Amino acid sequence: MYTQGLDQSGQGDPGAPGEESAEQLAAFQARIDADEKIEAKDWMPEAYRQTLIRQISQHAHSEIIGMQPEGNWLTRAPTLKRKAILLAKVQDEAGHGLYLYGSAETLGVSRDQMVADLLAGKAKYSSIFNYPSLTWADIGAIGWLVDGAAIMNQIPLCRCSYGPYARAMIRICKEESFHQRQGFDIMLTMCRGTDEQKAMAQDALNRFWWPALMMFGPNDAASKHSAQSMKWKIKRFSNDELRQKFIDVTVPQAEFLGLTIPDDMLRFDEDTGHYEHSDIDWQEFFDVIAGNGPCNRQRMAKRRKAHGDGAWVREAAVAHAAKKAARSAA
Amino acid sequence: MKQQEWPLYEVFIRTRSGLSHRHVGSVHAADDDMALTNARDTYTRRKEGVSIWVVRSDRIIASDPAETSAFFDPAEDKIYRHPTFYDIPDEVENL
Repeated sequence: MYTQGLDQSGQGDPGAPGEESAEQLAAFQARIDADEKIEAKDWMPEAYRQTLIRQISQHAHSEIIGMQPEGNWLTRAPTLKRKAILLAKVQDEAGHGLYLYGSAETLGVSRDQMVADLLAGKAKYSSIFNYPSLTWADIGAIGWLVDGAAIMNQIPLCRCSYGPYARAMIRICKEESFHQRQGFDIMLTMCRGTDEQKAMAQDALNRFWWPALMMFGPNDAASKHSAQSMKWKIKRFSNDELRQKFIDVTVPQAEFLGLTIPDDMLRFDEDTGHYEHSDIDWQEFFDVIAGNGPCNRQRMAKRRKAHGDGAWVREAAVAHAAKKAARSAA
Repeated sequence: MKQQEWPLYEVFIRTRSGLSHRHVGSVHAADDDMALTNARDTYTRRKEGVSIWVVRSDRIIASDPAETSAFFDPAEDKIYRHPTFYDIPDEVENL
């Protein structure tokens, strides 16, 4: 998923407890503990609402910004078939953004407000989309690794305690599976191609491996909102658990491709049944989150421009609707 | 000019004939026609439906979750509406 504990950065702590009584809070927790789903108009603690708004809107923003690195290759896809597939994938990302904005809106925040927060730089999106897509192989690596990591993170969210979010995630997960396979298909084709093509695939893996691992968010010890999110069943597994699961399933896939994971320390531990890996460079992660990744400025500038360029269309649609309504009333 | 927010519509989809329409989510649109095409593009990219209903979210009348138990209370004490309420001797068949 694309909400890697970005609330780390300290902005917008969960809402104040306010008028909530101990009885209300206990009754709410009892519903969660009984695996009941919470629905839009149900009573919920303000902190639960704010946590979800932040998480779902960050997730939605990530889908929208995530269209950029992929869109970068739409006009340069190697075949018409690849181009049509990539176009469908980018359209899916927009769709995912819309499902998610829709589910966040059920919590009482408007889409326009969320978009305004993104454009103003007040809202975050996943660190992964601040890396450039330099070659066609990157489109393969993004589908295989980035969508793969997203699926790993998102499947447990299908059981999230908040109904509208869980339902959006079920739709998204079904579609992500196509994304991951199309990415692997690109990697496979390149790895079976010329030496030069295989080298491009390896280069893409080298650049995307560590950023993909960072998608799961900080180490558990450093993840300050995790415990509460687990208690509320917004989150079901810890960042490190999901990251390990991703590594365990992905390493054999890389081996199948004949590619090397860019980690000298990577080795399979027979006793635990898991792969061990080197430490992640968290300084890089926090730099990217803070706005200093390779493409942060470019991504935001492009989104602002697209939003601004589309303003007349939105205004014209409203004017047209008003005119039509007036005509049918006359 | 301040951007005017497009109204919100709830979207209901009939997956195939024989099934009823089911709520799937929402879309924003400037008018009813756009709501239908937006709903199609957002919720049926993989042939998930054969029919779509959209309705302005502010036109929906909903029961209040805070009043759930009081609102549904009339059905609470009428267990005799269920067939299992009645004890039928084992010898009696086809009932």
